[in-house]
Amino acid sequence: MSDPVTPLKGARYDGFCQITEIGPRGMIALRGDLVALAGTLRAVAGLDMPCQRQVTAAGGNACAWMSPDEVLLMLPRPEVEGALAQLAAALQNLHHLAADVSDARALLRITGPLAREVLAKLTPADVSPAGLPVGELRRTRLAQVPAALRVIAEGEVEVICFRSVAQYVFDLLSMAARPGGEVTLFRA
Amino acid sequence: MLILTCPCCGIAADETELSPGGQAHITRAGPGADDAAFEGYLFLRTNPRGVHFERWRHSMGCGKWFHVARCTVTLEVFATYTAQTAAPPRQVVDEIIARRPDWQWESN
Ligand SMILES: [Zn+2]
Repeated sequence: MSDPVTPLKGARYDGFCQITEIGPRGMIALRGDLVALAGTLRAVAGLDMPCQRQVTAAGGNACAWMSPDEVLLMLPRPEVEGALAQLAAALQNLHHLAADVSDARALLRITGPLAREVLAKLTPADVSPAGLPVGELRRTRLAQVPAALRVIAEGEVEVICFRSVAQYVFDLLSMAARPGGEVTLFRA
Repeated sequence: MLILTCPCCGIAADETELSPGGQAHITRAGPGADDAAFEGYLFLRTNPRGVHFERWRHSMGCGKWFHVARCTVTLEVFATYTAQTAAPPRQVVDEIIARRPDWQWESN
């Protein structure tokens, strides 16, 4: 198999926060009845089914709640193929969808004490510590495009967007993080 | 600017995270309906001054459709509720009547 190439080849911008493209990471969109899928998720990835808007993580794998019938399973890229085969075998009698979306998504990281502020300039979502607690995944928009935001820890935010808009989102975040643009509303 | 709480994911979503789906609880005319009934189904909306039922999709979010009961005059939101219903649930109707005693539910 050819080596995966991330859309921005690890681009980085240093402003009052750092914007870094991360990945590649394996990502599987898993859809179906989440209650019925929970046992298989545990067996294949060693993860509990996340509750609404939550993310479960263990041993380098993570699973994010995306909607009432969809989760995003994140795992090391080389393990995607095996996981898909295991899911297909375990779920052959259950109506479901498991799709490799690793190449369809881009991952960006915002690092710095004012990371929430970079988001606040671009999204209508409440990104205050109360509105977007650490660990939750918030699907919203950044300017014109959909994105998922996850505050890993204060000062560290992960952004998932579609690969086709990776450059656009990187440019947006970089512009919002330009030195001199600090508002210091959400200083961590 | 509207803020509607999506009943599918619990997020208080800004209007710009949502896509409007027009008036809700419209009875589909046809097949077999005459032209006037089908025109009514396709084009004729009540456009009330006051209580209004709408469909919205949480398009920049969980992606699900849901229903909203709100007031077109005050922009007050009475309730958001599941898309899987042909009429507003009893508790939504009660909630509206509690605040608009003169109003009553009429299907169309
Ligand atoms: Zn939603």
